[in-house]
Amino acid sequence: MIALLLRDLRLAVRAGGGFGLGLAFFLIVVVLVPFGVGPETELLSRIAPGILWVASLLAALLSLDRIFALDFEDGSLALLATSPLPMEGVALIKATAHWITTGLPLTIAAPILGFLLSLAPEAYVYLLVSLLLGTPALSMIGTFGAALTVGLRRGGLLLSLLVLPLYVPTLIFGAEAVRRGADGLDPTGALMLLGGITAGTVALLPFATAAVLRINLR
Amino acid sequence: MSIWEYANPTKFMGWTAPVMRAAFWLAGLCLAVGLIWGFFFTPDDFRQGSTVKIIYLHVPAALMAINAWIMMLAASLIWVVRRHHVSALAARAAAPVGLVMTLIALFTGGIWGQPMWGTYWAWDPRLTSFLILFLFYLGYIALWEAIEDPDTAADLTSVLCMIGSVFAILSRYAVNFWNQGLHQGASLSLDKEENVADVFWIPLLVCISGFVLLFIALVLMRTRTEIRARRMRALQARAQRA
Repeated sequence: MIALLLRDLRLAVRAGGGFGLGLAFFLIVVVLVPFGVGPETELLSRIAPGILWVASLLAALLSLDRIFALDFEDGSLALLATSPLPMEGVALIKATAHWITTGLPLTIAAPILGFLLSLAPEAYVYLLVSLLLGTPALSMIGTFGAALTVGLRRGGLLLSLLVLPLYVPTLIFGAEAVRRGADGLDPTGALMLLGGITAGTVALLPFATAAVLRINLR
Repeated sequence: MSIWEYANPTKFMGWTAPVMRAAFWLAGLCLAVGLIWGFFFTPDDFRQGSTVKIIYLHVPAALMAINAWIMMLAASLIWVVRRHHVSALAARAAAPVGLVMTLIALFTGGIWGQPMWGTYWAWDPRLTSFLILFLFYLGYIALWEAIEDPDTAADLTSVLCMIGSVFAILSRYAVNFWNQGLHQGASLSLDKEENVADVFWIPLLVCISGFVLLFIALVLMRTRTEIRARRMRALQARAQRA
């Protein structure tokens, strides 16, 4: 399992800039928003939690189709399926690799971009915590979506149509936690529900992902 | 003889033909009676005026939009467990009908909302969860369309339907957390106190039965079409080989 994780990480970092791409996309979206809505500080700081969450969601979406597509094409996914490692484990490892290459850098970069959007000072810690809690769920749900569309030639657009509605609860709780933190309210409820979603998806979705992969490899 | 024998495609085509015809006629009758009764022979509400009458379209459509998804979920489960092809085809047939029901509910709600709430759309929990349900239907239909092999498509869409159901319920309660809305409580519940008044209640029930029958008839019709299309493809494949 660890070998697979290391292989995926190495591939992500070395092959074709997939690693920095999500991060750069995140940066660009956040930079574009002030051009769209105007430079007033109060307005920006009010919408900053939502913008940061939506942008990280889109950045996570961007690299999803890479999770299985290349392995499916060159046959390594079929090899993985016949290996002693269960498919559920493969799904979990793929999601972990995706999180380390996308979710974690996004979480680390988010406070800096929050500064650009003049996010309220009290909200930084909640932004960090909510992204740390929420991005694993994004990776896991996305891995499921990627597994669903892996056999399709032009699955990219379909992938976003399938995955984005599934992201709704995560987005709601994540952005709500940051907004409550910014307003000086108690964000524990939202954070706990966010953690619950992540725990639930990480526990259950590997099984669905593995089932879908087996169907696609049939 | 078990009920599963009715899922045999030939048998299915046999018994659904009269059922579908009857369902269409009864649906037409119920809707005509319910809508005419509702629109012309019920009093105006003392606060809402005549706009209250859109309830005869809105509530049944909203109900069927959710029930269609539940039916798809049941059909998907039957497909996964027992692998009856008709079941998968019925799930596929129900999706566009459910999509249209969702649209009817959203549009009638908007038309009613403009004079009552002063807006066609508000980011209210119920409205938002219906919009999300609409997106789920779109994704489900798109996945069916995208995959060529029918068995793979049936398998993948049934998994999507199951996972989607969990997330649809989750979204329903998540939006509650996010915004307390304008939409009134349940129009239909076992608690008599919450219900709409009796004058509106009986025509509403007639309309709901009309929508249920219409849904059954449409799904049967679409399933029969799917079966015929599949038979045609099989015949064509055989002709090409010969």
